[in-house]
Amino acid sequence: MKILVPVKRVVDYNVKIRVKPDGSGVDTANVKMSMNPFDEIAVEEAIRLKEAGVASEVVAVSCGVAQCQETLRAAMAMGADRGILVQTDVELQPLAVAKLLKAVVEKEQPGLVIAGKQAIDDDANQTGQMLAALLGWPQATFASKVVVTDGKLTVTREVDGGLETLELPLPAVITTDLRLNEPRFATLPNIMKAKKKPIDTLTPEALGVDVTPRLATLKVEEPPKRKAGVMVGSVDELIEKLRNEAKVI
Amino acid sequence: MNSSKSPYYTPEHEAYRESLRRWVATEIEPYADQWDEEGTFPRELYRKAAQIGLIPMGYPEEYGGIPADLFYLIIGAQELARAGAGGVSASLLSHTIGTPPIVRGGSPELKARVLPGILSGEKISALAITEPSGGSDVANLRTRAVRDGDHYVVNGSKTFITSGMRADYYTVAVRTGGPGRDGISLLLIERDRPGFSRTALERKMGWWASDTATLYFEDCRVPVGNLLGEENRGFRLIMENFNQERIFLAAGCNGFSRVCYEEALNYARQRHTFGRPLAEHQVVRHKLVDMLMRINATQAYLESLAWRIEQGERPIADVCLLKNQATLTMEFCAREAVQIFGGAGYLRGNKVERIYREVRVNAIGGGAEEIMRDLAARQLGI
Ligand SMILES: Cc1cc2nc3c(=O)[nH]c(=O)nc-3n(C[C@H](O)[C@H](O)[C@H](O)COP(=O)(O)OP(=O)(O)OC[C@H]3O[C@@H](n4cnc5c(N)ncnc54)[C@H](O)[C@@H]3O)c2cc1C
Ligand SMILES: Cc1cc2nc3c(=O)[nH]c(=O)nc-3n(C[C@H](O)[C@H](O)[C@H](O)COP(=O)(O)OP(=O)(O)OC[C@H]3O[C@@H](n4cnc5c(N)ncnc54)[C@H](O)[C@@H]3O)c2cc1C
Repeated sequence: MKILVPVKRVVDYNVKIRVKPDGSGVDTANVKMSMNPFDEIAVEEAIRLKEAGVASEVVAVSCGVAQCQETLRAAMAMGADRGILVQTDVELQPLAVAKLLKAVVEKEQPGLVIAGKQAIDDDANQTGQMLAALLGWPQATFASKVVVTDGKLTVTREVDGGLETLELPLPAVITTDLRLNEPRFATLPNIMKAKKKPIDTLTPEALGVDVTPRLATLKVEEPPKRKAGVMVGSVDELIEKLRNEAKVI
Repeated sequence: MNSSKSPYYTPEHEAYRESLRRWVATEIEPYADQWDEEGTFPRELYRKAAQIGLIPMGYPEEYGGIPADLFYLIIGAQELARAGAGGVSASLLSHTIGTPPIVRGGSPELKARVLPGILSGEKISALAITEPSGGSDVANLRTRAVRDGDHYVVNGSKTFITSGMRADYYTVAVRTGGPGRDGISLLLIERDRPGFSRTALERKMGWWASDTATLYFEDCRVPVGNLLGEENRGFRLIMENFNQERIFLAAGCNGFSRVCYEEALNYARQRHTFGRPLAEHQVVRHKLVDMLMRINATQAYLESLAWRIEQGERPIADVCLLKNQATLTMEFCAREAVQIFGGAGYLRGNKVERIYREVRVNAIGGGAEEIMRDLAARQLGI
């Protein structure tokens, strides 16, 4: 079975996000970019399934600018076998990505797609679900455990109030939650090997997908600054403020 | 360090730096204080360090190594330094001084027997040159090895040996011939040879997590097959080894200097005195930029020298000067960082206090500053 893992290039989770002065978006010039952490978990899960003999090939796919190659190399340094870059400078929204992935799925015919549940930049949490819908495949989102036996998929999901276990036929789409696994560190030999693994470059046009944005961003603002705290003189004063100012009791 | 626009680092170098940074932050940093206070760290860390590539890098593939240029070694030393735990760095990577003479001088059988274990992190390699009578004057070392049939019989002692308690293989400088540098050889001595014992050197100023030891050899019989290089030609091997050690040590020192700078900068931004962050007092911000100026100069020297060595040059004088530049920079940065921390910098349990205590070992070990100056001057014909 082939597993397809979409990986997104996002601003590194350690970077302090700055809004552009004109409010048109977030400043990404000279900012460190990395693989979306949920996608790392997806890559890790796919590699584990390969190591367990369930999967035969892990293909990473990234949609976006040319530098997404670095993200693909990172996935291959973890253990993915090859990469596909769908290259475009157009700002990509979840629906466009889902359509691109659908086209790649039709080309590659994987038995399973493992995606991150969301990307830490826009936190949209849509692409995996849209992809499953477009393909007409079953989906299991927010996976915290994945088991494949006899062509069937058992996925444990984290839901409000507990765990839900689903059984799905293959092919299917899974999205990963934080506790699914701990991604491995790329080792030096694997980083060197990744350099020699192939990356195919495609374009939205070649895949016949229109990626024109459907949503327009009107304005991006910094979150409101936290106000300085106040020292209260007594418990009574605290209760008074909680009741009348904060209105929480 | 900040090398994204550097001519020396490829995307693979950067990817490895990235991976190592996370590895150090996960596997070492959270435990650094605890390990230092306990005076040791789990032996398991050697295997983990081997897996990520830190131990096998720069060694031949046939023995389990990963061929890699000097820039990978620099990345290794500097990322490890981010934990601010010099004792862990020193013992974990003691093979960087113990193992190169085995690679250069060991017989094929010896290499096949010991290198795979070392490079996979199963076995620990140490270098033993320094003796109680002195470490700077290597040419006059006293430990004797006398040929007896197909063995050498070793008598004498070594001291200040990093990984001295836990090592499995010791690369030991011995006198096999007459006085001076032309009577010195290197022998590989296994830890369980009868007549070989060791005691721990405890209560050091720094490097607490590192197992430093004194070694004793009493009629210790070592097979002649354990000779590294030719008999009485060991001095050259030792000197070649020092060159690589000094580059590595300089890289680590500048990593520690960088930690001092980053920690001090963070602190200076958060700590307020006289109604302002420390960083907004001119005296303090000037300290910070003076640190950075020295760090950047040292890094540039280090990288340009590494590049020249990669081109096949052997710039011995520059290696000596680089080592001093790196230790003097570390001394300056550690001093200024502790000063910026004020009283908090005097308390154990933070990186800058520990690095402050680890300055001198770098300025003394691997060739003391005075020795470096003199060797550089002689090399330059001054
Ligand atoms: C924690 C620690 C770990 C170590 N690990 C190892 C190890 O793994 N393996 C190993 O072999 N050694 C190790 N060493 C030993 C280290 O290499 C020596 O301490 C160093 O070489 C200096 O030797 P010494 O201490 O005998 O000082 P000495 O040689 O006695 O020198 C004392 C001082 O005099 C100065 N001096 C000496 N001769 C001259 C001269 N001709 N002109 C001007 N100044 C001079 C020196 O620069 C120094 O400042 C370690 C040391 C420490 C502290
Ligand atoms: C072992 C020990 C024992 C001590 N014993 C006592 C004691 O018995 N009684 C007692 O009261 N205190 C004691 N102290 C505290 C000591 O007096 C303070 O540490 C010292 O006054 C510095 O204050 P601080 O640590 O808060 O540093 P900070 O005031 O935060 O200063 C941090 C750094 O910033 C610099 N700095 C601060 N403001 C400025 C400025 N405007 N311009 C330029 N630089 C500036 C300082 O010089 C310092 O280098 C002790 C400290 C130690 C470590």
